[in-house]
Amino acid sequence: MHWAVLVFPGTWSDHDCHHVLKNVLGQEAGLVWHRESDLSSYDAIVLPGGFSYGDYLRCGAIARFSPVMDAVRREAERGKLVIGICNGFQILCEAGLLPGVLVRNDSTQFRCEPTNLRIETTATPFTSAGKPGQVIEVPISHGEGNYYADPSTLARLNAEDRVAFRYCGAAGEVTVAANPNGSIENIAGILNEQRNVLGMMPHPERASEALMGSAGGLVIWQSMIESATKAGAPA
Amino acid sequence: MAAYLARVYVSLKPTVNDPQGNTIADGLRSLGFGEVGGVRAGKYIEVRLTAASAEEARGRIDAMCDKLLANPIIETYRFEVEDQPGG
Repeated sequence: MHWAVLVFPGTWSDHDCHHVLKNVLGQEAGLVWHRESDLSSYDAIVLPGGFSYGDYLRCGAIARFSPVMDAVRREAERGKLVIGICNGFQILCEAGLLPGVLVRNDSTQFRCEPTNLRIETTATPFTSAGKPGQVIEVPISHGEGNYYADPSTLARLNAEDRVAFRYCGAAGEVTVAANPNGSIENIAGILNEQRNVLGMMPHPERASEALMGSAGGLVIWQSMIESATKAGAPA
Repeated sequence: MAAYLARVYVSLKPTVNDPQGNTIADGLRSLGFGEVGGVRAGKYIEVRLTAASAEEARGRIDAMCDKLLANPIIETYRFEVEDQPGG
């Protein structure tokens, strides 16, 4: 299948994502500049991490006006898989493709460290190859990854099984100590209503090879490949 | 058309935690300002614009705040619009 890895001014994880897709997973992947307005030839879209537009005003607030974001919205509506990682998650929230917002870490620190994530649901094209409750080690790298949503949005996310990952301890226990940034209910990743758009703060592209210390993120890419090919994308 | 200057103040909603403000408060207290009860940090933005009237300028600034300058999930805003004679 053919992946678009989007590049905004200030994106920094684009080559990491591209490397994992191409060299680890044998996928066809292209880096796509944010001025592009047509993504119809791609089967899946990655919004990588970084500091698009220098995080000016708010993280992701300016990137949402890039021409490529109209194309992302269009392909998401068509059911294509869209994954936003770190700054990509912030952009998807600012663009209204995902609910809520990422605010400053409660510690005020920029945290760059491994975290454990509990897979909260496998009823998603991003986690279908995993097991419910499975713990994967995926690192974070952010200063503003503190997920916030108002109580009614939060209730809806839980009721609709749209929390994909929560920060947890090694045995899967969801505790305050395991929460690296103050995210409400330890939320590390969420889905849109149609379940084809995922936003997550941790970086699966930095945990997709044993060489990198963890291959815990692989299950996400593998789930996406299986789901998209099952839905008709070329392998 | 006349020229206007808008001063926009963006604040975090009271229900949203403000680690930046808390850190500033701690800094002030450690400098000896023990009377500090709390700090909330926000943003101050100046926008220069032209409009047919102050009322129109206010309407446009309000729309700018809604669409970009503030995130309504976590922030509130207020603004003042003043005439800029000579633009």
